[in-house]
Amino acid sequence: MTAASVRPAVTVRTPKSGLLRHILVRLATAVGVLLAAATLAFLLVRLSGDPVKLLLPPDATAAQEATLRAQLGLDQPLIAQYGDFLWGLLRLDLGDSLVYNEPVSQVIADRIPATLELAAGALVLSLVIAIPAGIYAATRRGRAGDAGVMTAVLLGQSTPPFWVGILLVLLFSVRLKVLPASGYGTFAHLVLPAVTLSVYSIAVIARLLRSSLIDVLGSDHIRTARAKGLGPAKVVFVHGLRNASLPTVTVIGLEFGGLLGGAILTEQVFSWPGIGRLTVEAISRRDFPLVQAAVLFFAAAFVIVNLLVDLSYSLLDPRVRTQS
Amino acid sequence: MTVVRNRLALVALGVLALLVIAAVFSPLLAPDDPAKQQLLARLEPPAWEGGGSLAHPLGTDQLGRDVLSRVIYGSRVSLLVGIGAALLAGVVGAVCGLFAGFRGGWPDRVLMRFADIQLAFPSLLLALVIVGFLGSGLWNVVLVLGFTGWVAYARVVRSEVLSLRTRDYVTQARATGVTDLTIMRRHLLPNVLPHLATIATLHIAAAIVAEASLSYLGLGVPKETVTWGSMLADGQLYLGTSWWVAVFPGLALMLTSLAINITGDALRDVADPKAYRR
Repeated sequence: MTAASVRPAVTVRTPKSGLLRHILVRLATAVGVLLAAATLAFLLVRLSGDPVKLLLPPDATAAQEATLRAQLGLDQPLIAQYGDFLWGLLRLDLGDSLVYNEPVSQVIADRIPATLELAAGALVLSLVIAIPAGIYAATRRGRAGDAGVMTAVLLGQSTPPFWVGILLVLLFSVRLKVLPASGYGTFAHLVLPAVTLSVYSIAVIARLLRSSLIDVLGSDHIRTARAKGLGPAKVVFVHGLRNASLPTVTVIGLEFGGLLGGAILTEQVFSWPGIGRLTVEAISRRDFPLVQAAVLFFAAAFVIVNLLVDLSYSLLDPRVRTQS
Repeated sequence: MTVVRNRLALVALGVLALLVIAAVFSPLLAPDDPAKQQLLARLEPPAWEGGGSLAHPLGTDQLGRDVLSRVIYGSRVSLLVGIGAALLAGVVGAVCGLFAGFRGGWPDRVLMRFADIQLAFPSLLLALVIVGFLGSGLWNVVLVLGFTGWVAYARVVRSEVLSLRTRDYVTQARATGVTDLTIMRRHLLPNVLPHLATIATLHIAAAIVAEASLSYLGLGVPKETVTWGSMLADGQLYLGTSWWVAVFPGLALMLTSLAINITGDALRDVADPKAYRR
């Protein structure tokens, strides 16, 4: 979708000196990512001009501006503000939202369930559709079924989520009148947003699973399994799928950032009360404490998912475990 | 498969040619001024629907502006942002990748670590926050999408250079006293160009979609500029009665992205026959 989807080659790293060191390096990188995200968010909202001018009506007096500036801590030198910000970060206190007048952590926490619901719905749909599609295409490589799946994949990867969402609304809400076009609460409300968000990840997962399964199915141990008379289903499911899942899982972790971007757009299309929509609102309204917190939240989500992906290697690939 | 692919790539190139023609010759091709409001002709349907007229072949929007003209003019922003962002990211990424791959050592490690961190960040969010706070505007969008896209170029160039720098002709050039800069320019760059072209093609599509996403969210290019993304956002409000306001810019966006991606895949087949022959 965005620049990240210009996909660089993915290499599966294996730790040289043990799982523990590997995990420590990953944790250090995770902390680095979070700190970089925090610093970036901090600098951006302050480089963008004086938020006080944007928050007060144009006819506010200089005294009123000064009061608000002191209230927000913006009269301090930048380095002192940064120190305060980091200290607050350590105590998980990121200040109050300027629009909602409550702690930003509370504002974000209120929106987490909606986003989780959407993400879970999309994830279930993606796996249920992409895994069979990937297996189907890999086992029919070069034939019509494969070409069909790959065409669908190309379409899914080229179609931005808001366009998918608008088409779905047009079909199911406007024409057929079977599903609501926006809102939140019931299962019916979840269907269109979840489908919208899943389209891109279905395409990504199916394509990856297909190509890694094709690699695995061409390897020696599969030939041996076939030679000893194992049925085609057993070969694919017992010997092929497990080995093909490793590179797929890695890239799912990397694609998670794209998924978060998709969630921002999907929530906007369907007025879904999640964190993506909250972030867009906060940016438009210059609610800078909320923007900082939202950026950090997304970075943290990304970091956690990728740590989990890393740890799942050791479950999927015994070689990673035995090296420790 | 290859023949089907080539035929598909030809169609894609045709679509791209149309897009370029539309963008370059917008004033000649568009039947109307894209900004002209006709409040008496609001939300008129396309010509083939009941109530439509040939004056507005694809209908009009909520302010009576001609949808066809707006779709044609919208191609300008898309193409400009796509090519601009790809050029910027390509130059930054190629320089970083050449330098990191050829020199190695700590600059390489620092650069690649930085790339990892940037890659770890959802790029739409990054673009959103930067554009949201630096202010919307065509060149801000190009800058942001350029600087969020350099990582892919840098990584590919670096990994190519890592294998190229041990080749005999590079060693020989070094032995005869050719400077590093000249080796990079004359011996390494030409060899990574095909890969750069492939990534750039795919990046153009990604940047076009990203710009549309930003404009859809109301944070991209200012409202007065005609973009497919903001047309989609406007059109969504009138989906219940006037589907054409959203559908035509959406189709244009999807076709463009699809055509560029197909072309990029075909280019990759040419540049690196092994990679995609699966």
